[in-house]
Amino acid sequence: MRDLAQSAPAASTLSFRPINLGRWLVWGGFALILLVAPWISTRGAALSILCQIGTVMLFGLSYNMLLGQGGMLSFGHAVYSGLGGFVAIHVMNQAGAPGGVFVPTTLIPLVGGFAGMFFGVLFGYVTTRKSGTTFAMITLGLVELVFAASLMFPGFFGGEGGVTTNRVVGQPFLGVTGLTFGPQIQVYYLIAFWLFISTVAMFAFTQTPLGRMLNAVRDNPERVSFIGYDAQWVRYLALIASSFFAGISGALGAINFEIVSAENVSALRSGSILLFVFIGGIGFFFGPLLGAIVGIGFVVMLSEYTAAWQLYLGLFFVALVRFAPAGLASLLMLLLRVARFGRFGRIRMHLAAVCACVLVALTGLVLAVELLYRRTLEAANGAPTMWFGLPLDAHAPAPWLLAAGLFVIGVLAWRRTAPAYMARWHELNGEIAQLTRGQP
Amino acid sequence: MNALELHDVRKNFGKSEIIRGASLTVAKGERLAVIGPNGAGKSTLFNLISGRFGVSSGDIRLHGASVAGLRPFDINRRGLARSFQVSNLFDKLSVFENLRCAVLWSLGYRYSFWQRLGGLADAKARTEQVLEEIGLSRQRNLPAGVLTYAEQRALEIGITIAGGADVILLDEPTAGMSRSESDAAVELIRKVTVGKTLLMVEHDMGVVFGLADRIAVLVYGEVIACDTPAAIRSNAAVQAAYLGEAGHD
Repeated sequence: MRDLAQSAPAASTLSFRPINLGRWLVWGGFALILLVAPWISTRGAALSILCQIGTVMLFGLSYNMLLGQGGMLSFGHAVYSGLGGFVAIHVMNQAGAPGGVFVPTTLIPLVGGFAGMFFGVLFGYVTTRKSGTTFAMITLGLVELVFAASLMFPGFFGGEGGVTTNRVVGQPFLGVTGLTFGPQIQVYYLIAFWLFISTVAMFAFTQTPLGRMLNAVRDNPERVSFIGYDAQWVRYLALIASSFFAGISGALGAINFEIVSAENVSALRSGSILLFVFIGGIGFFFGPLLGAIVGIGFVVMLSEYTAAWQLYLGLFFVALVRFAPAGLASLLMLLLRVARFGRFGRIRMHLAAVCACVLVALTGLVLAVELLYRRTLEAANGAPTMWFGLPLDAHAPAPWLLAAGLFVIGVLAWRRTAPAYMARWHELNGEIAQLTRGQP
Repeated sequence: MNALELHDVRKNFGKSEIIRGASLTVAKGERLAVIGPNGAGKSTLFNLISGRFGVSSGDIRLHGASVAGLRPFDINRRGLARSFQVSNLFDKLSVFENLRCAVLWSLGYRYSFWQRLGGLADAKARTEQVLEEIGLSRQRNLPAGVLTYAEQRALEIGITIAGGADVILLDEPTAGMSRSESDAAVELIRKVTVGKTLLMVEHDMGVVFGLADRIAVLVYGEVIACDTPAAIRSNAAVQAAYLGEAGHD
């Protein structure tokens, strides 16, 4: 009986791992992707985007220690990354100044980490005394407090202009000549290095007694106190660990941009990491990695092409919360689970049909939005009326009719195909649930 | 030395006094059931003993030392564990993880972030043992939130006993169960509390008379009688206050 039980696959999406070939393979793959990523595209902007994705990934993972693993909804996580960044940039600047203590740029992220941790110890003591809504409100107050302070103490925060630095300082570390962090590629590998070891460390944290008790506190803080643990203390320790990694990401951002300003400790920055992590999926460790790619994709890449990128980000977020509230990671894992139980073939056609409908409706919607922007916001700029190489006249009826037609057709077709897809989806997951329960 | 002593314990919420000077002693190794009509304060009494609420006055002694005013985790660390009337589990964690969380503190792992859970052989062994005892080995990988009602009740007891506490408080362990489920639960309770002190609140008289060495009757926040099942059955005051109206099932 027990053998049967042990061989039964886990039903929980949380404990489900489609890749059981070994952790080494997963981590090796992650390292390989980090190594080769800059060589996929040789465009100058690509490297800069990769650097940003790297720091946001690290920031997102640290945030998910609170939200996903501890159920702590913080509106002020940028306080720790931002303050880590400020301390890091001051340390870099004094290292460059005559008579300063030399700290190699390679180790600056560690400085930022300890700075973030210091503020975690300080502020966390207050914020983590409560959970739930109270915690969220206190963090919101805290981030506003720090943001206000950033304008009150220009000596440390640099006022409105922020603090700038030059990352090419001092002698090469460990005598490696040429490692000056002048070229962007060197900065990328610095970020990739710290991202990798921080990710390993954060994952390892989830596999420790404290990491597991943090999950328990998320699920049921009251019961935790009846099995010997102080839920408040668990939250506090988790926040300290999380602020350490947030500080590392802040320092990497400081090295990358060579500037840290009040915006880095703002509620806006805190809110965007919440958004990105939520998009990626808070229920999975790797969710924030996806969230960072998508988030930076919208903020940095899409904004190159259209002024309506914020609208698209908002629509995307609303659609995600409505249809896949557990984020992209859960979507991916649920599909992988269906595939693992050999049932993907039965849903493939339905899925393709639904995707095609959504694509048609989306094209219509995007076309309409772009036309609207050309008629209003960009009309004054005399913006080009080309769209994907096609001439686009926002004052002619034809493009509007096309947009409306595509949208209506897409939505109608979606309404016809979606119920069948959902029915099949529930049927398959019901079968899988039966199988994993080991019941006839 | 008694495992648990209550001396004139009182608790009021605002102006209403729920527990009005309850006194009770539970000997080491004894199984004592607390019965009483609805609203008598049985659950409140459990909440006071386990530290969920603080007492208004009076004293509670665990193994001779006062625990009144201590927080729940402090009381738990001194060897008292409780279950809840409504299952109080870690819903997203698997059955196995639920139980492993419950054994960690007692094995001294505390807030460790430098040890790998998977490498803690004693925690694993103890978890497996409890899993076996409560009969949930097949459900080990399921999230606690998707278990059936009876399975959740079994896990509730499992979490309570996993830490090896020697004083166990069970709050209506068989509430809402069918006859056969209830019989299985009684067997489980009997098995896992061997050599321990048990204090339980229970409505099902079959369960009470089957399990308890002594029965305490709580009426309007006071213990009006505490004696062997036979003596309680023939106690006139108890019959008037309680068994007369609710003792037919």
